[in-house]
Amino acid sequence: MKRKILGSAIAAAVAMAPALSPAATTVSDGIVKLGVLTDMSGTYSDLSGPGALEATKMAVEDFVAKEKPDFKIEVISADHQNKADISANKAREWFDTQKVDAIVDLVTTSTALAVMKVANEKSRISLISGAASTPITNEQCNDTTVHWTYDTYALPVGTAKAVVKQGGKNWYFITADYAFGHSLEKNTADVVTKSGGKVLGNVRHPFPGSDFSSFLLSAQASGAQVIGLANAGNDTMNSIKQAKEFGITPKQSLAGLLMFISDVHSLGLEATAGMYLTTGFYWDYNDETRAWSKRFFERMKRMPTMVQAGDYSATYHYLKAIKAAGTDEAKAVMAKMRDTPVNDFFAKNGKVRIDGRMVHDMYLAQVKKPSESKYPWDYYHIRQVIPGDEAYIPLAESKCPLVKK
Amino acid sequence: MNGKHIGWIVLLLLGLVAPFLVYPVLVMKILCFALFACAFNLLLGYTGLLSFGHAAFLGSAGYLCGYTVQGLGLSPELGLLAGTVGAAALGFMFGSLAIRRAGIYFAMITLALAQLVYFLALQFPFTGGEDGMQGIPRGHLFGLIDLSDTMNMYFFVLAVFLFGFWIIERAIDSPFGQVLKAIRENEPRAISLGYDVDRYKLLAFVLSAALAGLAGATKTLVFQLASLTDVHWHMSGEVVLMTLLGGVGTVFGPIVGATIVVSLQNYGAELGQWVTVLTGVIFVVCVLAFRRGVVGEVALLIKRSGIRP
Amino acid sequence: MDIFGIPIQALMGQLLIGLINGSFYAILSLGLAIIFGLLNIINFAHGALYMMGAFCAWIGLTWLGLNYWVALIAVPVVVGAFGMLIERTMLKHLYQLDHLYGLLLTFGLALIIEGLFRYRFGISGESYPVPELLSGGFNLGFMFLPKYRAWVVAVSLVVCFGSWFIIERTKLGSYLRAGTENPQLLQAFGINVPLMITLTYGFGVALAALAGVLAAPVFQVNPVMGSNLIIVVFAVVVIGGMGSIMGSIVTGLGLGLIEGLTRVFYPEASAVVIFVIMGIVLLLRPAGLFGRER
Repeated sequence: MKRKILGSAIAAAVAMAPALSPAATTVSDGIVKLGVLTDMSGTYSDLSGPGALEATKMAVEDFVAKEKPDFKIEVISADHQNKADISANKAREWFDTQKVDAIVDLVTTSTALAVMKVANEKSRISLISGAASTPITNEQCNDTTVHWTYDTYALPVGTAKAVVKQGGKNWYFITADYAFGHSLEKNTADVVTKSGGKVLGNVRHPFPGSDFSSFLLSAQASGAQVIGLANAGNDTMNSIKQAKEFGITPKQSLAGLLMFISDVHSLGLEATAGMYLTTGFYWDYNDETRAWSKRFFERMKRMPTMVQAGDYSATYHYLKAIKAAGTDEAKAVMAKMRDTPVNDFFAKNGKVRIDGRMVHDMYLAQVKKPSESKYPWDYYHIRQVIPGDEAYIPLAESKCPLVKK
Repeated sequence: MNGKHIGWIVLLLLGLVAPFLVYPVLVMKILCFALFACAFNLLLGYTGLLSFGHAAFLGSAGYLCGYTVQGLGLSPELGLLAGTVGAAALGFMFGSLAIRRAGIYFAMITLALAQLVYFLALQFPFTGGEDGMQGIPRGHLFGLIDLSDTMNMYFFVLAVFLFGFWIIERAIDSPFGQVLKAIRENEPRAISLGYDVDRYKLLAFVLSAALAGLAGATKTLVFQLASLTDVHWHMSGEVVLMTLLGGVGTVFGPIVGATIVVSLQNYGAELGQWVTVLTGVIFVVCVLAFRRGVVGEVALLIKRSGIRP
Repeated sequence: MDIFGIPIQALMGQLLIGLINGSFYAILSLGLAIIFGLLNIINFAHGALYMMGAFCAWIGLTWLGLNYWVALIAVPVVVGAFGMLIERTMLKHLYQLDHLYGLLLTFGLALIIEGLFRYRFGISGESYPVPELLSGGFNLGFMFLPKYRAWVVAVSLVVCFGSWFIIERTKLGSYLRAGTENPQLLQAFGINVPLMITLTYGFGVALAALAGVLAAPVFQVNPVMGSNLIIVVFAVVVIGGMGSIMGSIVTGLGLGLIEGLTRVFYPEASAVVIFVIMGIVLLLRPAGLFGRER
């Protein structure tokens, strides 16, 4: 049966050049194995899913071509279906029977939390790019987890600050009624008040919802200038669509607190034009991002989301750390990853903090009007670069026990 | 020695050998679901009641067990007890409402009630909502045996499973079970014979719910987490599939069905969305052409070939 | 003027929205009730077929260039025909068995349909534009009512009461009612009952597809839109009691209104209110509000 798993696993095994360097890397069983565990078919498969796997494979190929490591690298993947139990089970199985060294992506917080605990117990590394919630690097943090791309602090904070500065002082929240929605709302509301804005009220909608019109009417009745959407995925998309239908936008403006380029792509510019959002990566930002994204596009026929780009960056950084450390032992690799700044198309001078947070610059984007979009996937104006230290929770405020105060 | 004895011996041997051949955590998962499906079969197979809300018992027992062990810091056996009792109480509430109607109405009522439980699980603060309960400690059984060791845990799960399965088998063979079968076959007749049919149905429902709860609580200890997956209505559908595929109304059928379905989900994870389609296809094929299920068909084959077991 | 601290104008707006949702509940529960009446099957695939209706409208528009008005007629016909195919090839074989098998079969079909659409279209779904003629809205003073929503209510009322009229007041409907009571006798009178069953199933499915087309411009068209809705509609059907056509329509609209009110006064409970009502109704009237004990 083990053979069956091996056979069906998508393997990108790459042979390496003979080890010429004197200090050969001591890698357990000679192979560094990466497991991409993500939503391959569900709500989040567009923003991570098969694209996350492809990005990870690209990172491995590029690393082998460029760094010529003296160890083999393999990539396998599985669909966690957004279920914490499936993720924990799969991760445990991968560690026990497949000798997987690190797990990549992990979209949705519940799966990420489940896996990072198993990984820590087994002394393996979690490279989280897909999941959003801040507890990953706060209350629940551990020393074998890296949270790469974004979180529920960085996204709303950038957006809220910018929107308040533009004059959107009065806010009303439409919040998905579960832990994730609440934390998104709270983080945003704090920033709004701190920046001199005011929160007029909120409404909690069942998750998942399909009809948001009555919540939107409540938001309309509040007279707020800005309606903050503290939800994700289909809920956000439906809210945006229906806000337009009820003539709420453009009189009041919407702020998507957790939105990806794949959401904008699905909704179309007609419905999203003018919205502010924060992103960790935009494919059309500079020549470097364009070059990489075009390679990605050739393979996936879609432009990468920040999550997928983050998967590449995290994987590459991890492999580099193994080479530098000369071992794949989790603690040593983590130490190297923290010591080395991240410099690639995704991040400039990014750093992995003690709590596992990879701090890098974020971008405040505004969605283009249909008339401004010149070519496919030309969706954002980048309005502002938010320095990493402002974008993420400062270490001083971190609730992570690893942070010594 | 009859077929049932042979079945028991095979089951025991398989249970003892399996963890050395297959990944033990997977076997534990199979055992939990097998118990769940057997509990469900007590209702569908022997009483003729199709509950489409059994996930509510599996899931809420998981949460209760998790809360007892993690929140209150009590021992794992108390966690199992809390889960089982909680599920039984919930089963009493569901049952009292649902047995007023039969057939399809019964199915839909249980489905809708389970959906209510799902929303409550999403809202209650102690369940952790979408994130679920994570990192629940397995603890020490009776304060002695360390369950964080995989093999210790395995044999504990096996013991729980055999215990639950034994209760179900006893119930089926007892006079109580005979009355249930009578209700399944001809309810008016059972009434005219003077049986308080509603009380029997309710009792069967509560027993089924309690054992489903035992399965759910055990599952929580195995995976050290409780999540919304186990209260979602998809789970209620899955247990129907397991029972149907293995053989409705056969003693060992649900175990076979659970093994097939869990293995399919485990090894088919790479197939992604095709697993859903495949599950649907199995459902359709079972209903159209394979209503006896694996065990039912095998039993028929044996009977036809004239071999007396 | 305020009612319990809510301005009456806001309340009116919310009630109107409740009515719009109620329209969807009404069409879907009507289809379920019609199918149940004759086939004694709870069509678990109803949600999937509703989703299929929405997707067919989108496919028609995007791939074939068929506009909304064409879709409104063509999609129910196509999906209805698909339903008849299901009835002929699969459901037909189950009539002699326990009715629960019908539920299980349609559950399996729902999984297959949903899985296939997920495979082809991904999960985030597609956007369907509001037709030109119905874009914009009316300013009612207390709220801005999109024309399209008003249209949804109008269409669903016409369809629901039209179906009621056909079933309760015409000759064709009398055959249908007779088939519900005693199919053998009806067959003896020379009516082709199997054909009637096929057509009835097709009609029920077409209603689901129609609801799908109506929903396409309102909600994001995605593969799980049906499975999220169908459980609520089941509860609606249980509350109404599947006995009467009128019952299912009235319950659908009424629960939409109640849900709307809950969203104003206690939004956290809006997802469960229908299930709570169901529990209460079952306690007091196990057969449902309009149902008969059988």
